Amino acid sequence: MSKNPRIIELEDVVVKFAGDSGDGMQLTGSQFSDTSAFVGNDLSTFPDYPSEIRAPQGTVAGVSGYQVHIGHKDVTTPGDLADVLVAMNPAALKTNMKWLKPGATVIIDIDNFDQKNYKKAEYIEDPLNDGSLEGYNIVKAPITSLTRSTVKEFGLDAKTADKTKNQFVAGILFWLFNRDLTIGENFIQKKFKKNADLVNANIAVLRGGYNYAETIEAMSTTFLVNPAKNKKGLFRNITGNIATAWGLLAASEKSGCGLFLGSYPITPATEVLQELASRKHLGAITFQAEDEIAGICSAIGASFTGKLAVTSTSGPGLALKGEAIGLAVITELPIVIVNVQRGGPSTGLPTKTEQADLLQALYGRSGESPVIVVAATTPANCFTYAYEAAKLSLEHMTPVILLTDGYLANGSELWHIPEMKDMPEINPPKVKDNHEGYMPYIRDPENLARMWAVPGQEGMRHRVGGLEKADKTGEVSHDPYNHQVMVGLRQEKVDRVANYISDQEVMGEKDADLLVIGWGGTYGALYSAVKELQNEGRSISLAQFSYISPLPKNTEDILKHAKSRVICELNLGQFAMYLRSKFPQYEYKQYNKVQGLPFMISELKAKFIDLLENKGK
Amino acid sequence: MKENTDFAPVLIPQDYKLDSPVKWCAGCGAHAVLSSIRNAVPETGVKKENVVFVSGIGCSSRFPYYINTYGFHSLHGRAAPIATGIKLANPELSVWVVTGDGDSMAIGGNHFIHVIRRNINMSILIFNNRIYGLTKGQYSPTTPKGSVTKTSPEGSIEEPFNPGELVMGSQGAFFARVVDTEPKMMKEVFIQASLHKGTSVVEVLQNCVIFNNDVHENITGKDVRDDHQIYLKHGEPMIFGKEHEKGLIYRNNKLEVVIIGKDGIRKEDILIHNANCANSTIHYNLVKMDQPEYPVAMGIIRAVEKPVYEEMLYDQLAHAQEKSPIKCMDDLLKSGNTFLINESSS
Repeated sequence: MSKNPRIIELEDVVVKFAGDSGDGMQLTGSQFSDTSAFVGNDLSTFPDYPSEIRAPQGTVAGVSGYQVHIGHKDVTTPGDLADVLVAMNPAALKTNMKWLKPGATVIIDIDNFDQKNYKKAEYIEDPLNDGSLEGYNIVKAPITSLTRSTVKEFGLDAKTADKTKNQFVAGILFWLFNRDLTIGENFIQKKFKKNADLVNANIAVLRGGYNYAETIEAMSTTFLVNPAKNKKGLFRNITGNIATAWGLLAASEKSGCGLFLGSYPITPATEVLQELASRKHLGAITFQAEDEIAGICSAIGASFTGKLAVTSTSGPGLALKGEAIGLAVITELPIVIVNVQRGGPSTGLPTKTEQADLLQALYGRSGESPVIVVAATTPANCFTYAYEAAKLSLEHMTPVILLTDGYLANGSELWHIPEMKDMPEINPPKVKDNHEGYMPYIRDPENLARMWAVPGQEGMRHRVGGLEKADKTGEVSHDPYNHQVMVGLRQEKVDRVANYISDQEVMGEKDADLLVIGWGGTYGALYSAVKELQNEGRSISLAQFSYISPLPKNTEDILKHAKSRVICELNLGQFAMYLRSKFPQYEYKQYNKVQGLPFMISELKAKFIDLLENKGK
Repeated sequence: MKENTDFAPVLIPQDYKLDSPVKWCAGCGAHAVLSSIRNAVPETGVKKENVVFVSGIGCSSRFPYYINTYGFHSLHGRAAPIATGIKLANPELSVWVVTGDGDSMAIGGNHFIHVIRRNINMSILIFNNRIYGLTKGQYSPTTPKGSVTKTSPEGSIEEPFNPGELVMGSQGAFFARVVDTEPKMMKEVFIQASLHKGTSVVEVLQNCVIFNNDVHENITGKDVRDDHQIYLKHGEPMIFGKEHEKGLIYRNNKLEVVIIGKDGIRKEDILIHNANCANSTIHYNLVKMDQPEYPVAMGIIRAVEKPVYEEMLYDQLAHAQEKSPIKCMDDLLKSGNTFLINESSS
């Protein structure tokens, strides 16, 4: 039986998948985002998962989610609220009700909505009959039972059979979004190419879901999201962690310095290590060390030996690496420290996002210990900033801390694939064998980088270490005046990086009533909020900083021209403290959120409107 | 710190001398070790630009400043991971780690056991003076129990580590022990340690003239050393004593000191030292021998062949490069799921 539902063309749609952490929601979500990219939608995704691998089934603590925002228009965030929610059990429904748009479509696996699961989810009343779902379009789909009966003929065991449930969900969504089912079938064939039974079973379930949706009357409306209007060319869907790893690989290829990553597993940074461990074919060496300290120390050893050296970590690991970063500062060896920020302090919120490591990155070491600090602003431009971090580190012979965060690391977006010939050159100051007059601490007069000679080079034997160095010769020196000279040189070297980075951009009028200031991973939400207010005719602009230390040279000029300023960050005001210390002559308002969650566009808009309308209050 | 760039084809110990002054205390055991190293390195056959000395923090760790090779004076306890990075970055290099009992057994204890477990090809020299010298006299992890030091005024209540036991417990393939009063022994052992493929650990019993003077005197003293030490050599019987009259046998699941000619013990009954035996039972027992029951074992106690970490790593790299169709970044960027948007696919 077929019917002709009403098709609504939408500019953008937010779909949230939620279920037990064992339900395969991350997979269902990423499959949906891949098919969305295939049909040309712009997209942004964000997984939301508990830190336990398999928390007790059916409980609120065990709910794992994956949000996908697709668009015909430009998409810059995973979206505040969902248009469509797939809830595999009552706990998933309970957790996500507050993130639904009015009138949203909610697809539930009715097979799991029973007294037992209500109890696990700590529902007092049956949510299907207590009126709480009033106003939503509820689709009660028997996903588990229909999946089981569909796969019966393929002789799969119960566990494997249940794992195909996500294809039933995918099938429903193919129908709901008016997509060609063969795209999904091709994906399945690619994914399970080694196992014909699994291919057939999954395809059968996918069709089962599609036919179910077509048959029932519950969904009278379907959606169509046309291809992205502002995008053209070859794209891929990429997460921040993978983009970071690839940016480092690209910098390694361009600079001719082999990549060495010394690291230790830590959420949410581990994928950087995992990805590079699987890239031996591009010459990447990864060393999984016994701890965070050994991770960075091995990288420093590799840097001394001429590699593009990297260590990757998250906040608690950065704390452990502090002493070794100081060693890289004083030995003036290049190293990139990737810090994927998470909620802190201590173990904190390992799977949640935060921006509270900024001051640690800037100042968390003994002595005067300046480093370059840069921050990526979207999942895909983690590639750009990882590349840039490596370039600055190698060319200026100094450690660079690259800040990303859990939101960028695990979130994904559509990325226009670059070509290596378009990437900027990287020229580390390596010297040839038997270089006349070589001394380890002779510097380039322009950028103050010292020359890089490495073990194995003839006629260049020298020693480095953590004791203060004599200017030029690099001999150990306890001379008071020399110490002041060297401290000054190391600071000046980092300060002069400002001559080599691009100016800070402002989106909007320079002299807007309100300048919104952000840094790093909050870009998507701040951009959307400011853009929407600009479209409403408000005088508001945005400066999203990626270069933190040093700041771009035009920073003061930007601050000066704005009529008022608000600094928005996912901490208690660290960038605000930093800007106040650099430019105390200006007044800064703050908007801070520390919930382990990204900003919502709606909350930002409300705050900005309030600031615009209550100027000076 | 510029080097003399004349390249001498035949290297001599003088090649490894620096002009800068050696700043250890007069009478410190480290002077003799430095001299033995300078004598040993030329005989390893390694080109001088391929030699790297890495150290942590402590008196012994000033070592790289006193030898004209590539050198890295790093952080307290962290010489092993720094050296690991150097070796993995360029396996052609001959990497030496110079460390002390505090540096390697306390703050660097974790790195010490893991570098050995991985069997990365480098030589680790532990200058064991059983005291913190650079911080002026606190007990270390190898300080004998009961020792009065600045931080144990009533006597240390900690059981000391025996470095060799940690090496055995970490599946170590090479362990040797020498004393700073025996230059010939040091040179022989250092050369063998460097030539061994894998992590080789040499414990140097070293005297701290200021804070722990004569700590090893009961082993190294001229009048007791022949009876209180046994210099083990692979393939030779375990005989010691002023008159070569004592030996070791293995009886009732333990080593036993016997006198040749007494109680029917013949020279043929004495254990022959087999440093290359994969089973570490005897080596472990030899490492643990201590006064007054046993002589302290010197020389190469264990030297067995084991797969070397960086060789396996580079094999994996070569294999991956040969097998993968993705040869460069542009290949990678275009691999997997890509989507052509608003263009007809070509």
